[in-house]
Amino acid sequence: MIGIIASIIDGLLVGAVYGLAAMGLTLIWGVMNVINLTHGAMIVLGMFALYFLASALGLPPYGAVPVTIAVGFVFGVLVYWIAVHRVIGRAHLMSLLSTFAMNMVLVGLGTALFSTSPYNVPVPLPGVTWEGYTFTGTHIMAAILALVIAGLLYLLLYKTRIGKAIRAVADNRDAAELNGIPTTQVLSFAFGLGAALACVSGTLIATLFPFTVLSGGAYELKSFVVTVLGGLGNPAGALLGGVALGLVEGITTPFMPVSWIPIIEFILFIAALLLFPRGILAFSRA
Amino acid sequence: MTIKKLVLIAATALLTVSPALAADDTLTIGFTVSRTGKLNNDSTAQMRGFELWRDELNDRGGIKVGGRQYKVNFVSYDDESVNARVQQLYTRIINQDKAQFLFSPYSSGLVATAAIVSEQYGRIMLTTGAAEEKTYKLGNKNLFQVYSSADLYLAGAIAAVKELNPKSQVALVYKDDPFSKAVLQSARKQAGEAGLRTVLDEAYSPETTDFGPVINKIISAKADVLLGGGHYPDGATLARQIYDHKAGLKWVTLLVAPDSPNFATLGDAAVGVTVPSQWEPQVSFKPDFGPTAADFAQRFHAKYGIEPGYHAAGGYTAGLILQRAIEQAGSPEQAKVAAVLNSMDVTTMFGRTKFSTDPKEHGLQTGHEMVIAQWQKKGGALFKEVIWPKTAKTSDIIY
Amino acid sequence: MSVQQSSDALTQVVATRNQERHGLIVNIFRQPFTWLIAFAGVVFAVLPVWGDNVQLRESLLLAAVYVTLASNLNIILGYAGYVNFGNIVFFGLGGYVCIYLVSEWQWPLAAAALIAGVSVSLLALLFGLGILRLRGAFFALATIGVNEAIKAFVSNFEPWGGAAGIYLSLDVYEPLGGPGQALWIVYFLIVAAMTVSLFLSYAIKSSKFGLGLLAIGENEDAAAVLGINTPRYKALAYSISAFLPAIVGGLYFFKTGIIEPGGAFDLTRSIEAIVMVMLGGIGSVTGAAVGAFLYEELRGVLLTTEAFSHFQLVIAGLLLLGIVLFAPGGLMGFVYRRWPRTRRLLQ
Repeated sequence: MIGIIASIIDGLLVGAVYGLAAMGLTLIWGVMNVINLTHGAMIVLGMFALYFLASALGLPPYGAVPVTIAVGFVFGVLVYWIAVHRVIGRAHLMSLLSTFAMNMVLVGLGTALFSTSPYNVPVPLPGVTWEGYTFTGTHIMAAILALVIAGLLYLLLYKTRIGKAIRAVADNRDAAELNGIPTTQVLSFAFGLGAALACVSGTLIATLFPFTVLSGGAYELKSFVVTVLGGLGNPAGALLGGVALGLVEGITTPFMPVSWIPIIEFILFIAALLLFPRGILAFSRA
Repeated sequence: MTIKKLVLIAATALLTVSPALAADDTLTIGFTVSRTGKLNNDSTAQMRGFELWRDELNDRGGIKVGGRQYKVNFVSYDDESVNARVQQLYTRIINQDKAQFLFSPYSSGLVATAAIVSEQYGRIMLTTGAAEEKTYKLGNKNLFQVYSSADLYLAGAIAAVKELNPKSQVALVYKDDPFSKAVLQSARKQAGEAGLRTVLDEAYSPETTDFGPVINKIISAKADVLLGGGHYPDGATLARQIYDHKAGLKWVTLLVAPDSPNFATLGDAAVGVTVPSQWEPQVSFKPDFGPTAADFAQRFHAKYGIEPGYHAAGGYTAGLILQRAIEQAGSPEQAKVAAVLNSMDVTTMFGRTKFSTDPKEHGLQTGHEMVIAQWQKKGGALFKEVIWPKTAKTSDIIY
Repeated sequence: MSVQQSSDALTQVVATRNQERHGLIVNIFRQPFTWLIAFAGVVFAVLPVWGDNVQLRESLLLAAVYVTLASNLNIILGYAGYVNFGNIVFFGLGGYVCIYLVSEWQWPLAAAALIAGVSVSLLALLFGLGILRLRGAFFALATIGVNEAIKAFVSNFEPWGGAAGIYLSLDVYEPLGGPGQALWIVYFLIVAAMTVSLFLSYAIKSSKFGLGLLAIGENEDAAAVLGINTPRYKALAYSISAFLPAIVGGLYFFKTGIIEPGGAFDLTRSIEAIVMVMLGGIGSVTGAAVGAFLYEELRGVLLTTEAFSHFQLVIAGLLLLGIVLFAPGGLMGFVYRRWPRTRRLLQ
């Protein structure tokens, strides 16, 4: 029994980080109806940023967090202008493919520079032990930071002018344009924001597990699952969806071989797509 | 005679004589290395073993075969630790680069793939870095295995654990790949025969980086012995996370990973971890040919700056065995060399080498034995010591 | 596209129905394009034999596999406009069914491959009926979900080797006359499958069924309103697009001698099939073939040149980006605009 509770707590902790990762994806989707397939590359960017800042420059690992937010934002804006700007109005296929192409370029460059070998950033942080089970300090810290950043995002979206502009553009771009909002700049800002969120979640993940240039893919898939669970365009939903996914992982782990978990996740994903296309939260509101 | 005629005669004489003077011929050996990807760490060690052998051999003039000397030339590519590349590259190595002999890639999974290609085109392949037996049971004619096979890997650890505490509760947690599965299949049987209780038996996907859930299961099952792991990245991560989670294990044996000198970077997490090893620098076999273990270790250290693990030793030995076979066959022809390899029974610094000739398991290594090494702390620094079998040990077991 | 255009399409459908008294097949054989396809198939088959060039055969084999994948993908993507991101799942499943039958049950290769094709098509029909209710991006994501779910499932499915996969014993090549000869036979079979794929996608394009798909691709709601049974058409297209990739998967993995989940359900390969269709020109049979061939050759060159092997993904990505941003019609789009007569000749 205790084992199950420990497993659930672990799941919730990691889930908060999944949620943070998904928030970037859902924000972009909600604001400009684009599925950002460079999401995985942004996560990896955050991972490597941590590696270089912590190992090469000797920064304390959590000190790297603000830096990666900035780096992610810059990259996001770049990706917007290169790959997304021209295809915004067009068929979905086009933006899917253009962001995917950007992803290939970024991952390819990463592979050329860093190869696909594993990297690791050791973060010595004492954990909390309870009844024989230890919750590593890094897990706890990552969850706390994820929640803090999510809170900051909320403040940005609801208490600042730019946040209001983003919400306006998400609601109705033409109306916002007519109201004098420079929608293109707002869109690129929002994209940068989404990328920054992905990037910083990568940094947090890197404090937990080793990674390679190709690790982004797995977390991108998890982000899709979370986004669908939480409802597109709904950052709060994404956070809750992430925690929900973590919970599912935590509950099922003690009862079945660990390798079965991905099957459960994907069945959940397809079921959610078919039954609750607007997200489980949206369903309850409707 | 005029000068012109003299020169002409001299030139003709030289031209007819020079082939007999035999400028260096070359022998091409092909293989792939995992220069990138998850198997990078151990594959590089293996490659260094190959290269040290080749360099020392070429410095001495090459392989002496029937009056001629062949220098050895390597053709190698990066397989990125991926099966599909291995296939494509070995096909290229055989058909385009026209390699006469092959070494295997590193790791049983990749070797199984390479073996299909080498058998399809009928080339001899010395396999090293590959312990899984199934590859040899598929009806091959040209494979020769240097390592001891997988079923022997954990036999020593199980025997040691039984001696230390016959009431141990054993957790089997291993990577879901051909090598680890093969080892653990035998280990499962051997643990049962030794009367040890198995309280957890789980395979993890090769992509796993988060061992938290599995470790929690180990704690829940109240295991005090852990046997398993896979290769370097997952083994190292597992060891580190076990330490972070304070799993309370009294005996940990992980495959492959702890044998690499890089394992020492784990610091305190490495202390006490044991590994089944094909070879350690401290062994004292008396070789029929080639250097002793100590010689090899010293030359390797001189060239690369680190101690060799058994992957490097295996690579070097593959070269030695092939060299010996070609020399004894008196020719680089496939059939003659294969015949010599089939009848070989020699001892090198690596131990005894003898290949099975039973067509149902051709090439399986039958002469070689394994040891167990453990990381111990002496005066603040980490060392690997041999702790089993008792006849070969250099230090006592930490339990 | 407007209701008017959809209505035109439907009128054409009705007209073709009348024409079809003679049957589609007879009509097709009169088209020069069919003979072009047959010619391509013959060239593929003959070239490596002439000179016993094994290296060429290997690279043409890969090209043929990709042409098959791309031209079948064209049916659901190019004609009906549904982005099947997870198209590789047909290839992988077909591979597994075939290999399993050959290694566990000692079935002859041809029968095993055929059953693989049929069974995967049926499975696709089942899955399709479910996920084809989704539109646009949701469908695309769902196909990824299907691929990953099946990959995860197969990784745990012990009768199919779990995460380690199935290794073929070398005596499976005996009934075909030994490994050397078997490789040639498999090559010819794959070339045959490729030729059939091209022919199939051309036949569909010229048929009433194909017109219906194209109508769906232009404007699904209008097509439905005008009487086209969209769910059935979509499901059929999805199912048909699974048949030949599954067969080719079985043949390919037979030749490889080993199948494991990572390599069988490789999402990157799936995306590359989409790149090929886009590169060649979406909706064009010639386009799919040309795109696949060019991309595969480019990839092969990049992989084996030391200098570029690390940049393969970058170059492929830049290529795709360029096409999407500046030339969404692909290669054939450019050709059709420049030389309008090719539009009829090189479908």
